[in-house]
Amino acid sequence: MSQTELPTGTAPMTMIQSLRSAMDVMLARSDDVVVFGQDVGYFGGVFRCTDGLQAKYGKHRVFDAPISETGIAGAAIGMAAYGLRPVAEIQFADYIYPAYDQIASEAARLRYRSRGMFTAPLVFRTPCGGGIYGGQTHSQSPEAIFAHVCGVRTVMPSNPYDAKGLLISSIENDDPVIFLEPKRLYNGPFDGHHDRPVVSWGKHPGNAVPEGYYSVPLDKAAVAREGSQLTIVTYGTTVWVALAAAEEAGIDAEVIDLRSLWPLDYDTVMDSVKKTRRCIVLHEATRTCGFGAELVALVQEHCFYHLEAPVERVTGWDTPYPHAQEWDYFPGPARVIDAMRRVLED
Amino acid sequence: MSASSSLHLHVPEPSARPGQTTDFSYLKLSPAGAVAKPPLDVTAAQTAALADQLVRVLDDDGNAVGPWAEDIDDQLLLDAMHAMLKTRAYDARLVIAQRQKKTSFYIQCLGEEAIAIGQTLALRDGDMHFPTYRQQGILIAKGAPLVEMMCQVLSNAADPLKGRQLPIMYSYKEHGFFTISGNLTTQYIQAVGWAMASAIKGDTKIAAAWVGDGATAEGDFHAALTFAHVYRAPVILNVVNNQWAISTFQAIAGGENTTFAARGVGYGIPSLRVDGNDLLAVYAVSRWAAERARSNLGPTLVEWVTYRAGPHSTSDDPSKYRPADDAQRFPLGDPIERLKQHLVKRGLWSEERHEQTRAGYDAEISRALKEAETHGALGSELRPGPAEMFNDVYKDMPEHLRRQRQQLGA
Repeated sequence: MSQTELPTGTAPMTMIQSLRSAMDVMLARSDDVVVFGQDVGYFGGVFRCTDGLQAKYGKHRVFDAPISETGIAGAAIGMAAYGLRPVAEIQFADYIYPAYDQIASEAARLRYRSRGMFTAPLVFRTPCGGGIYGGQTHSQSPEAIFAHVCGVRTVMPSNPYDAKGLLISSIENDDPVIFLEPKRLYNGPFDGHHDRPVVSWGKHPGNAVPEGYYSVPLDKAAVAREGSQLTIVTYGTTVWVALAAAEEAGIDAEVIDLRSLWPLDYDTVMDSVKKTRRCIVLHEATRTCGFGAELVALVQEHCFYHLEAPVERVTGWDTPYPHAQEWDYFPGPARVIDAMRRVLED
Repeated sequence: MSASSSLHLHVPEPSARPGQTTDFSYLKLSPAGAVAKPPLDVTAAQTAALADQLVRVLDDDGNAVGPWAEDIDDQLLLDAMHAMLKTRAYDARLVIAQRQKKTSFYIQCLGEEAIAIGQTLALRDGDMHFPTYRQQGILIAKGAPLVEMMCQVLSNAADPLKGRQLPIMYSYKEHGFFTISGNLTTQYIQAVGWAMASAIKGDTKIAAAWVGDGATAEGDFHAALTFAHVYRAPVILNVVNNQWAISTFQAIAGGENTTFAARGVGYGIPSLRVDGNDLLAVYAVSRWAAERARSNLGPTLVEWVTYRAGPHSTSDDPSKYRPADDAQRFPLGDPIERLKQHLVKRGLWSEERHEQTRAGYDAEISRALKEAETHGALGSELRPGPAEMFNDVYKDMPEHLRRQRQQLGA
């Protein structure tokens, strides 16, 4: 689809542009929205996600922060408790751990422990995931440690349209949201074929993003591909891996893009597995106690009598994310195809 | 010393352990009235010397002296005395209630009453305190309902926090009292964020952050000072140095041969070290710091030098790690006794009135506890229902929590 064919009111956007557009829209809609983090102000972010926002809204609304994740998180909580809607950035998900106490002990529990007297309507945006030769500390997928925390919402988009709509929903939501952005998808979709030329969002049919306000609901999964033979439950970059694997293997897989990891959309997942009777859970994060374990448990609990085969997990290995062995680590289409064949054999 | 001598790990110790006598000479004291009162727009560097001295107003005879002795309204001093007596009576009664197993846990602020109360009286309605678990004086000075506070401690059917929180972890937005967390120092940087928000919105409200000496060692203390300085946040950064973090002497927190006020100077924040048992000094310094914050002059750090006269909590026995008579020997005395001496001297108060007030609060607190107990106490049938457990985790209850509540049959 060329640009002239885009629907009225939309523009071709990369995920970076769509995330920036979401913040632009929300900064314009409410004076309570503030954006801050390391390098997000004048410079516009190391990934350009906040480019131009400080110039447009001023230093009181969009500003640089010291290199202190716990400081960024704690200050955001204080601002939210005052009544603002902070959108704070942690430069890489790998560096969110210093903020973990503030997120798990504070943001997540402010409403509960104060019986709703104080709340934390805030968003922590953070680039996550591998496939970029990021090595150990620029590739991690720490979603499981947030999905385990009661009181926060964990969200991860897989395309520019969802990225903007989900970020707008997250900013509007009154619960704290961990908004994980697969940096591998910032400039274009990625199906795990690192040896092929990368397609940018500019040339991808899924790049039309409304320029104004819209939202994509939280707690609502998307069916990225309808299918009948098995269900792949996934999110983020591996949505594209699953789609490629299904096409290449000629297997009619139904691909569910969770979008909201937790709380999640039970019905879409369970209805699909009950229909296909086979399920694979796919994510980049390490396997043991990863979010996939919860997904497997849920499918087992809710679809036990429908299942024709054990639920498979295709994940990163239980190792720190390596540098040279990137493509041995990253769960690409070949591993997904192997798993699909095993699941169908049973 | 030869270059080849072996290295030695220094592990600070208090000067005295049980059965010994503490040498309080480690506390750098200044005579009442000796420390200057700087202009509001003082720089951090100009307060370097002050961070090593001790602002005091009341001398040993109960006279208010020096540049920090200001026109404090008589009624305000009487209000402070009332709040301090009430807080002490409240603490004493709830310690007994814990021993009677009416509650699982309690923390008193014995000996530290002047600090929270003095500062609260210097701030305005709308300002937000980010307290630790030892600033209950804020609530009492603000006139929070005693029965309701007790219901929280008893986790009973009338507990405003529905039994979700450990006793004393109060939350009172309407009294400018931020929800208390069990995780130390987290509130310190949150206070800075709240103050930044007030500045972002062009408001006139300020924040007061509270932390103890031990908890200054947490990373969030560093983050808070950095952010407060960077953004010139309208916040008062209070460090209550009561010399002890449970069993740990303040030297282990980094207080040996330095002061906590000096830390503030290093971050570029004007900092003062103040007699925490001198209500007049607490009020005057708090008013000064509040005025600085309200005038867009930024944060102030105040180290309040005091002594944790009681056990750390009802689960603690200080006789295992410090001399039993420590509090009596602490050179800054008792905040209530010192204010009493001053008020009596000024003809605003008397021994009789003191005793009468004290007894009156004992009776009021006992009556309040009786009333609170009509709503239940620990382990009684009267308690918040199990369905309350699932509310307020999120704004709207997600499906998995609805399922779990149903599973419990609640």
